Amino acid sequence: MNVAKRTFDAVIVGAGGAGLRAALQLSEAGLKTAVLSKVFPTRSHTVAAQGGVAASLGNSTEDHWHWHMYDTVKGSDWLGDQDAIEFMCKKANEVVVELEHYGMPFDRTDNGKIYQRPFGGHSMNYGKSPVMRSCAAADRTGHAMLHALYQRNVRARTQFFVEWMALDLIRDAAGNVLGVTALELETGEVSVFHSRATIFATGGSGRIFYSSTNAFTNTGDGLGMVARAGIPLEDMEFWQFHPTGVAGAGVLITEGVRGEGGILRNAKGERFMERYAPNLKDLASRDVVSRSMVTEINAGLGCGSDKDYVLLDITHLSPEIIMKRLPGIREISIRFAGVDPIKAPIPVVPTCHYQMGGIPTNYKGQVVQPEGGDLASPVHGFYAAGECACASVHGANRLGTNSLLDLLVFGKSAGESVVADFKAGQLDLKPLPEDAADRSLARLARLESQKEGHSVNDVRLSMQRTMQKHAGVFRFKELLTEGVTRIMDVAESAKSTYINDKSKVWNTARQEALELDNMIEVAKATMISAEARKESRGAHVRDDAPDTPEHPNGRDDQNWLKHTLWFSADNRLEYKPVHLKPLSDDVEPIALAKRTY
Amino acid sequence: MQTSKRTVHFKIYRYDPDKDAKPYMQDISVELDSTDKKLLDAMVKLKAKDDSLSFRRSCREGVCGSDAVNINGTNALACLTDVDGLAQPIVLRPLPGLPVIRDLIVDMTQFFNQYHSVKPYLINDEPPPERERLQSPEEREELNGLYECILCACCSTACPSFWWNPDKFVGPSGLLNAYRFIADTRDQAASERLDDLEDPYRLFRCHTIMNCVAVCPKSLNPTRAINKIKEMMVSRMV
Repeated sequence: MNVAKRTFDAVIVGAGGAGLRAALQLSEAGLKTAVLSKVFPTRSHTVAAQGGVAASLGNSTEDHWHWHMYDTVKGSDWLGDQDAIEFMCKKANEVVVELEHYGMPFDRTDNGKIYQRPFGGHSMNYGKSPVMRSCAAADRTGHAMLHALYQRNVRARTQFFVEWMALDLIRDAAGNVLGVTALELETGEVSVFHSRATIFATGGSGRIFYSSTNAFTNTGDGLGMVARAGIPLEDMEFWQFHPTGVAGAGVLITEGVRGEGGILRNAKGERFMERYAPNLKDLASRDVVSRSMVTEINAGLGCGSDKDYVLLDITHLSPEIIMKRLPGIREISIRFAGVDPIKAPIPVVPTCHYQMGGIPTNYKGQVVQPEGGDLASPVHGFYAAGECACASVHGANRLGTNSLLDLLVFGKSAGESVVADFKAGQLDLKPLPEDAADRSLARLARLESQKEGHSVNDVRLSMQRTMQKHAGVFRFKELLTEGVTRIMDVAESAKSTYINDKSKVWNTARQEALELDNMIEVAKATMISAEARKESRGAHVRDDAPDTPEHPNGRDDQNWLKHTLWFSADNRLEYKPVHLKPLSDDVEPIALAKRTY
Repeated sequence: MQTSKRTVHFKIYRYDPDKDAKPYMQDISVELDSTDKKLLDAMVKLKAKDDSLSFRRSCREGVCGSDAVNINGTNALACLTDVDGLAQPIVLRPLPGLPVIRDLIVDMTQFFNQYHSVKPYLINDEPPPERERLQSPEEREELNGLYECILCACCSTACPSFWWNPDKFVGPSGLLNAYRFIADTRDQAASERLDDLEDPYRLFRCHTIMNCVAVCPKSLNPTRAINKIKEMMVSRMV
């Protein structure tokens, strides 16, 4: 196959929030930059974020980045790196105000400032009471943000390659990253994008689960490419199940609903969160709320004929507030649940939502891997930001509104790192190895020649069902052990997927087969990392690590206060320490404590 | 609403330039489960049956704007359309007026060119303040019904004026987005924006047919935005 070569200073893969934010940094610095995206930029999944972006602006209640940092460390169940968390919380006001200057249509307070609402796990005074920290544009914050970032890139004349799918990372023998191979969907042609710097902003992989709030496109492409290229994936056992997906449909209902006063109720009409989180109640951290819901359902207190969901009630709010602050939610509820939330509560169920783990990076957005004695040595020419990256600011559980903040702060920081490294002359254009495109071409050739085997649809479905059953909201020792065997079987069958469609033009069957390769890497990483972590922490809670006086909430800091690194080649696991020391002397380390809300 | 197992019949526009000399309509049926409620659910099932069926989709909740198609003659998002409310056979065609790449996938270059032509970004050359620019809730309210556009192209490809002049007429979506910035108190380029649109084609090809309003999946009203632009042009002349 003929492979065209294109050369850039920098290639960014992904044009969601993180990719677009990074692109602005590079375009404005005058670097020759290519942004590749499978979908038109405003179709990226950032568009679906609803409730807001965290920043301690203090527009409606007193707030400090110290409090935000405390909440984030506690929310992460102390697995988050405190240097990266300090960096993110300190930078929040700057990046949110920048976004306002770009034209983002935030809602406003009466005195004209950015409107802020309460959100789960965010508090005043180190956990004392809810704080108004989530900067919002109605319940369409992600849409408003993504469009504002795209628009700013139009102004900056960023060069996009729209509807191009990156296939594989290109590394030389020394491990330097030299760009990617990519497939133009319209023509089916493969190109090599040769670059001094490569930034991955490829988003999440929530489609590995059967029931997910994620878009069809969230297939972990960046993670798959990284895993195949020999770089480990970090903390992949930690997946967030959002408490409020529409029962049956999986579509997200923002936590902002509870921020505006929404209440979760069981079949008896009880506000059950009062029992699990007496202080923050319905606004406790997401992992806590999701587990409480499943506990209620398992106790027979679920609603409906199958008693398999609970209710999210906002009927006590005024219709004016609902129309003004939650118009999109009302629309979703009517369309996907058949319920007008002004009149009746919305049926909801915990649904896979966010991947806390990902490509290991530091707070500068540099991708890091173990090298010699250094457990976090930067990979030359390689950066990552947003949901695909693990900085790690979310640790074992992410707080709502911290994902939009993450993509702004680390998108910008990755961009700044590239510009700084470029200006310092550290990013030379290293020669392409002869075999730069071979891996991608071999994958395509296999799909081309494979006449029988497993259908992509069947393999994907067995992967999704396996993940859902064996690595869900609650995890069980035996199910995890069995899950590892099952997922390795699924991975084996994925090696012989076949497609009937052999057309070169906009071949979505081929695209889905290639995406499945990436999802399989993520699924293996998740199951193997989860089976190995013999404690409960954040979103990873297992039956054989229960709440005891010795190990509150089942957490075992003695043995498991460490990040997981999974290597695809041999399913090997390594571990590296959590950064318990903040970046500066401006703040004391947040000491380990039992997590209650 | 019927939600049990049932078989649904389709007539779908098919064209693969790699193998088809010309487009044709494919008759195909699919059995749906009780959980398959939206047209997109049915299309995903159809694709599992015939993997060559090509269409765009992503968020499946009506906010990314990928899966706009022509359904029984009307433009809409497949993910927001109830499959059981549709007359059968359900006729699916690509959005009208744009070149077809393959099956239900159209080339949206002209649509996006028009969007880009209105300078869809905030223009304010004053040095930004340290904190946010202030805007009253009432001023912000002016952007409601404008900023929510998802660029799905349902409106512009339902507009006869856009069919005739996709290269010269900005179209309902582009004009709605132009007005989104004209109406923003933080934007300083309203006058230049009006100058740019004062042209027999760019704005004035809108003949208030209002197909755009009828099909917008976000219930936006491009015609109203276009009329506001026209009013501003008149008022600055007198």
